[in-house]
Amino acid sequence: MSFEYAPAPESTSIVKLKPAYGLFINGVFVDGEKTFSTINPATEAHLADVTEASAADVDRAVRAARVAFGSWSKMRGADRAKYLYRIARIIQERSRELAVLESMNNGKPIRESRDVDVPLVAAHFFHYAGWADKLDYAGLGANPQPLGVAGQIIPWNFPLMMLAWKIAPALAAGNTVVLKPAETTPLTALLFAEICQQADLPAGVVNIVTGAGETGRALVNHPDINKVAFTGSTEVGRYIAQAVAGTNKKVTLELGGKAANIVFDDAAIDQAIEGIVNGIFFNQGHVCCAGSRLLVQESIAETVLGLLYERMKNLRIGDPMDKNTDVGAINSAAQLSKIRELSDAGEAEGADRWSAPCTLPEKGFWFPPTVFTNVSQVHRIAREEVFGPVLSVLTFRTPDEAVEKANNSPYGLSAGIWTEKGSRILEMSSRLRAGVIWANTFNKFDATSPFGGYKESGYGREGGRQGLEPYLKVASK
Amino acid sequence: MGLTTQAPSSTFSDETRTNASLTKFLHGLPGVDQVGADERAAMLSTRSIKTSAKAEGIDLAISMIDLTTLEGMDTAGKIKTLCAKAQRPDPFDPTTPSVAAVYGDKVAQAKSYLTGSSIQVAAVATAFPSGRASRAVKILDTSDAVAQGADEIDMVIDRGAFLEGRYMDVFEEIQAIKVACKNAHLKVIFETGELRTYDNVRRASWLAMIAGADFIKTSTGKVAPAATLPVTLVMLQAIRDFHNAGQRKIGMKPAGGIRTTKDALRYLVLVKETLGDAWLTPELFRLGASSVLNDLLMQRKKLQTGAYSGPDYVTVD
Amino acid sequence: MSEHIEVRRTAKLFIGGAFPRSESGRTYEVTSPEGKFIANAAQGSRKDARDAVTAARAIQPKWAGATAYNRGQILYRIAEMMEGRRAQFIDEVSPWAKSAKKAEAEVDEAIDRWIWFAGWSDKIAMVVGSSNPVAGPFFNFSVPESTGVVAAIAPGRPSLLGLVDTIAPIIVSGNTTVVIASQDAPMAAVTLGEVLATSDLPGGVINILTGSYAEIAPWLASHMDVNAIDLSGVDDKKIAAELEKASAENLKRCLRPGTELDGLARIKNWLELKTVWHPRGF
Repeated sequence: MSFEYAPAPESTSIVKLKPAYGLFINGVFVDGEKTFSTINPATEAHLADVTEASAADVDRAVRAARVAFGSWSKMRGADRAKYLYRIARIIQERSRELAVLESMNNGKPIRESRDVDVPLVAAHFFHYAGWADKLDYAGLGANPQPLGVAGQIIPWNFPLMMLAWKIAPALAAGNTVVLKPAETTPLTALLFAEICQQADLPAGVVNIVTGAGETGRALVNHPDINKVAFTGSTEVGRYIAQAVAGTNKKVTLELGGKAANIVFDDAAIDQAIEGIVNGIFFNQGHVCCAGSRLLVQESIAETVLGLLYERMKNLRIGDPMDKNTDVGAINSAAQLSKIRELSDAGEAEGADRWSAPCTLPEKGFWFPPTVFTNVSQVHRIAREEVFGPVLSVLTFRTPDEAVEKANNSPYGLSAGIWTEKGSRILEMSSRLRAGVIWANTFNKFDATSPFGGYKESGYGREGGRQGLEPYLKVASK
Repeated sequence: MGLTTQAPSSTFSDETRTNASLTKFLHGLPGVDQVGADERAAMLSTRSIKTSAKAEGIDLAISMIDLTTLEGMDTAGKIKTLCAKAQRPDPFDPTTPSVAAVYGDKVAQAKSYLTGSSIQVAAVATAFPSGRASRAVKILDTSDAVAQGADEIDMVIDRGAFLEGRYMDVFEEIQAIKVACKNAHLKVIFETGELRTYDNVRRASWLAMIAGADFIKTSTGKVAPAATLPVTLVMLQAIRDFHNAGQRKIGMKPAGGIRTTKDALRYLVLVKETLGDAWLTPELFRLGASSVLNDLLMQRKKLQTGAYSGPDYVTVD
Repeated sequence: MSEHIEVRRTAKLFIGGAFPRSESGRTYEVTSPEGKFIANAAQGSRKDARDAVTAARAIQPKWAGATAYNRGQILYRIAEMMEGRRAQFIDEVSPWAKSAKKAEAEVDEAIDRWIWFAGWSDKIAMVVGSSNPVAGPFFNFSVPESTGVVAAIAPGRPSLLGLVDTIAPIIVSGNTTVVIASQDAPMAAVTLGEVLATSDLPGGVINILTGSYAEIAPWLASHMDVNAIDLSGVDDKKIAAELEKASAENLKRCLRPGTELDGLARIKNWLELKTVWHPRGF
């Protein structure tokens, strides 16, 4: 008997798409001049028309946020908390709808958006709701004050989750926001705007301006914002840091990574294999903290690779709306071409390439889970962020060498350590120059756990008590 | 269904020379991270088994059931109805469990009620469920059941010896029971609820496999927790490693705590995604459960008619 | 059309998630300050207290073992249920409130206070715990843990807000509790029990006894399976001293009446601190 899984599609009928969406400014949806199409990357089907916010639109949004800041910042923390609790509750109530829409617009499997993304979104709002009336305990002195209006720009890999990471702490601290979702994934942000309306959130506290690079630049450069929060590529992060130089704008950046996932010879091997797979194939590898470099101890490299290839054969690549899909679609044609370019470079550089056998759908953007072995530090695929389901495998001999190779990168976002030896975990983690270290696990996120990078992976933390700091003025006395 | 016994491998003679060498080998196996194992099992539990896959899974699960009665109050009448149910669980469908499992002194009765049927009889032995008796008594318990016609023997390991670190005693006991089995298949029960850690379960798996087990089994069903998905996962991975090391295919049986069709299908998913389709056969995978049979029948009825069924429409054996 | 004759509620104890009468079979009259009859409340006995401690102990590991997020969700749900009973609570605190407005204010503050405590669940460890830079190659961290079962005598007044201030900081960190409610004004506590029963709170986390603290409290103070005791509601100095003395037998953590505490300090009262060392090295 073969026991093949029959299709198990999650129905998309729960999502009621509008043909066109405006911008969410001052509590209402307003039209703009230009629109652009947003699609489902798994099928290339058009989903809706979305407005491109002009510089004038961005200005309107910032003004609305500034006006709203007056009363929002003076509101009792306990009352701000209640609005955030309402939002958290409505997210829970509409969680299936949000998960389906996220998968439709992003390409990630419904199982992930349902079991990982949306629950974390609700959790972030719950966690920060509880901080709104406890800012005295945040470790920033008594009665810390909000900054004002925050301009927030988020990427396409975890659209709603990145929105939650930005908006929840900002609002809890008393700021108001203008947020620009990524141009390929605007829809869950627009549904979030509806949720703000359902929660009776005062107008102007949250504003959503959809658009692409131009809109983002207009927001970053607007003279009346006090803070820029950005998650995305290091390249754009660099631009932003330059753009705000000389101004009073506070900045936090969460950028790229090329994390080392380090497997020692005494690792709990089956769980390490899961950690490797999870580390690079979760979310199609569109993860800034992905374990994109496997650093495996030379003595067990062959064993690990053998088990890894076997395990990868069980990965199910395909329709994101199928509940049994493990790996979904690449988010865009542009990203797919970047992944292909770097993978071709990997082959040209002399690394050995292996991909999991799978049938890819005709339409849509797809890339099979791929492993490069015999990779050296000098190779492009060991240094540059692919941001796709591509793993580069390098070896090491000793813990010192592992640390050296892991740290040998301009990036410093995350790292993984697999060993059963406690003291080694602690010594490794004290020496690795990375902002998030996972030992015997990977890609774990929690609203209470601060997340952010070292070096060119950015600065500032999101999550936990430390995640409030980027949105508050430290007490001066 | 033909159950063949295979000769235990001799390639572990160095490891099994002394208790010290056996300990070194077992303790040198890779550890199991509990959280990671639990997570992998939980993720596989989210597999959505619908329509044709569900129908296939239900039939497969039914054929894998060791239909069991192990009660102090088992009477001839109870054995009779169990055997009747095993031969024809559903008057309108020929799919049956593979095996009826009973206490050792009920084997002859079970055999007589199953004359002419292809259903085999498994007997629990070795002072089941506690395993607390002398080696001689356990061997006699086994050979007695075999003499009555048992096709399979489900033995329990000596957990006391295992937890004391007397691995060699456990090993030799399995070997001795295997000899007493003659041509009967040997299943070795670990009672994972008493071994507690996944590291112990991995060690017990290897110990039993190199000692000559045909099947490794989680539990007696008399101690909680009985079978769980993560424990089963760890055992399936040990079987995989044993096979990858060039050794024979070992079967696996989770027992106890499998109540619903959903539970049963989750175990099949685990087997499929750890060992592959080759293990999806009663020759290599069984479910130690009885109450789940009725739920499987009701679920099958729902697939056929489109309406939820009820307990009045399946039989109480 | 005849007027609707109201169906009056029976006031019972809240133990292990259920509503038993006192095993002693006794009740006492609850009257307003003006002497108007309100209800016959259950008069809790030492055996009720004993049963409540058993229930609180049984569920404590599970409650402490839940994630902080989960506990926070349940506490938030309790606040939702309290909000739904706002009018009833106002009714019940009114006889003792100085004005209708003050009664409303007390209830609103009680709900808001509960929400405030709910939000602490996943933050206590961040604020109370630490990693400690010891002078050696060790990773050293301190984490707060719940102390176990906490007995409490809630303030007589204000009957709802005082109860919230007593209970919420105990359970938010994973403790369970047996509370003796205001003797004169127990009805808000009775309603709170009903709120708790509809809030996904596991039975036994909070147990509410009505009756005389002078009679019941000594049995809780001397109980060897109670880890801590909150004496805030004991307004008799002599009794408070005796209870503190009895608590010393198994070294209960004891909160004396009249102690001024902010909310976080109230939570910290019922926490232990565990410090762990682990070497760092290859």
